[in-house]
Amino acid sequence: MSPLDSRGIKRDPAWAGRVFWLLAAVVLLWPMLVLTEFKVWTLFEASNLKPTLRFLGDFFPPKIEGEFLLLVAKETWRTVAIATAGVALALVLAIPMALLSVRVLSVSALTGKMDKLPAIFRTLLRWLMVVLRSVPELIWALIFVRVVGLGPTAGVIAIALTYGGMLGKVYAEILESGDVQATQTLLRNGARPMQAFFYGLLPQNATELTSYTVYRWECAIRSSAVLGFVGAGGLGQQMDASMKMFNGSEVATMLIVFMLLVWLADAISAWLRKALG
Amino acid sequence: MPDAVRHLSFVVQSGEHVAIIGPSGAGKTTLLQLIACALKPSTGTLRLADVDPWGLSVHDLQKLRGTLFLAPQVPPLPPRQRVVTAVLAGRLPQMGLWASLRSLFYPAYIDQADAALARFDLSEKLFDRVDRLSGGERQRVGLARILASSAQLLLVDEPLSALDPSRSEQAIKTLTDIATERNATLIATLHHVEMALKSFPRIIGMRDGQLAFDLPAAQVSPQHLQALYAQNLHELDGSASAPHHAPDAPPLPVVMHCR
Repeated sequence: MSPLDSRGIKRDPAWAGRVFWLLAAVVLLWPMLVLTEFKVWTLFEASNLKPTLRFLGDFFPPKIEGEFLLLVAKETWRTVAIATAGVALALVLAIPMALLSVRVLSVSALTGKMDKLPAIFRTLLRWLMVVLRSVPELIWALIFVRVVGLGPTAGVIAIALTYGGMLGKVYAEILESGDVQATQTLLRNGARPMQAFFYGLLPQNATELTSYTVYRWECAIRSSAVLGFVGAGGLGQQMDASMKMFNGSEVATMLIVFMLLVWLADAISAWLRKALG
Repeated sequence: MPDAVRHLSFVVQSGEHVAIIGPSGAGKTTLLQLIACALKPSTGTLRLADVDPWGLSVHDLQKLRGTLFLAPQVPPLPPRQRVVTAVLAGRLPQMGLWASLRSLFYPAYIDQADAALARFDLSEKLFDRVDRLSGGERQRVGLARILASSAQLLLVDEPLSALDPSRSEQAIKTLTDIATERNATLIATLHHVEMALKSFPRIIGMRDGQLAFDLPAAQVSPQHLQALYAQNLHELDGSASAPHHAPDAPPLPVVMHCR
């Protein structure tokens, strides 16, 4: 028999638990809100609202002077170039690391345990990839802006390092997760590891590898626009400059161009991946 | 887990043709992999041409593996590879790395691949992709790879599992012919007992990981077979075993993470 409330109706037995978890969530989240100084109402204080609205008001109409548009086009192209060059360099890092760290291609691991030395080497390589990708590209960019100066070079290096680790790790995962029978048979019949890669492992996983690379290139375009804000060149750097000048109409144009760029990269990458699949 | 193969000892002369028969789970595949140096025996010794392969260095062992050919039951072909490449992969141990890469750009030895396929009636599939082939065609492509290799020890696991009776007969004949032509040793596991007795001079019967008999084909009596397949009699008359591999599942979608 469920207990009855004052009106003689059965009580919902789950109610107490529901109240408890609701309260627990508030108790847990409140300190986080305080810690992050989450004060939405400051947005709407009169002293803050006025400049915000004026800046947003400036957005319209977006600036569409020929000279400015040419500049934006050039910077957009630079953003794409940074992303592409970064990913290309990342491939140079990632492919050897992935190949060297993949267990499937180890002859000594073919029967039982891998030899000690190669096993240690593979572990070290994996750690290196973890280090490379655990530092966000923004941080790498900040570092390299100090080293090589303002401009696209820092952005390219930043993307290359983070994406090199990321691609290397994911490539290795893709190569290990697929069907390894073809590769294993080649190794068992005396092929060299690199031969087994090109005749077994690569054709087995080529689609997935390419598809992931194209997707990462799309991520790199978005990321290279952000890198501009720390001075690593491209559209982001222009946007940062315009924002510092409170030039809303310029910012609006670049935001629109940026959205178009992301949409275009997304469409190209989706099309490429579909064509491959 | 009990050992898949135990208390088992036999000698195969170079150039001999041997069929291994026995019910499913008897350890036939494991035995083949042991001979191919694909598995290391936990106890006991294996000698290939009077050499203990497990006493060799990794490099020399890999070189030794290049002189034998293990054809697994499920043909080891990447779905997007072309048949010509899949067949020529049998030559890899004899090719340098550079030569094998160049062969990916423009296949070297197209004539050899073509001739190999012709012996299995697959000439017209030379430039098709593997995933366009039927299960039986794939199995024959896997066997045609033997012709591209120059191995002297051929270890073939259930070469007929996906073939119909007439194709089976042709495949076995081609296999034994190849072995005879190059004076190679041929050891095959077979579900198809009748075919084994007909085409192989020597039969090894295996049951529960142990040797049941090792006799010339002419001396294998129905009693031997009855005893070998006791409790599995349906496998004795089931001339062609059901293919062990399911049709290819569609590839899983790639999981994308923004890491």
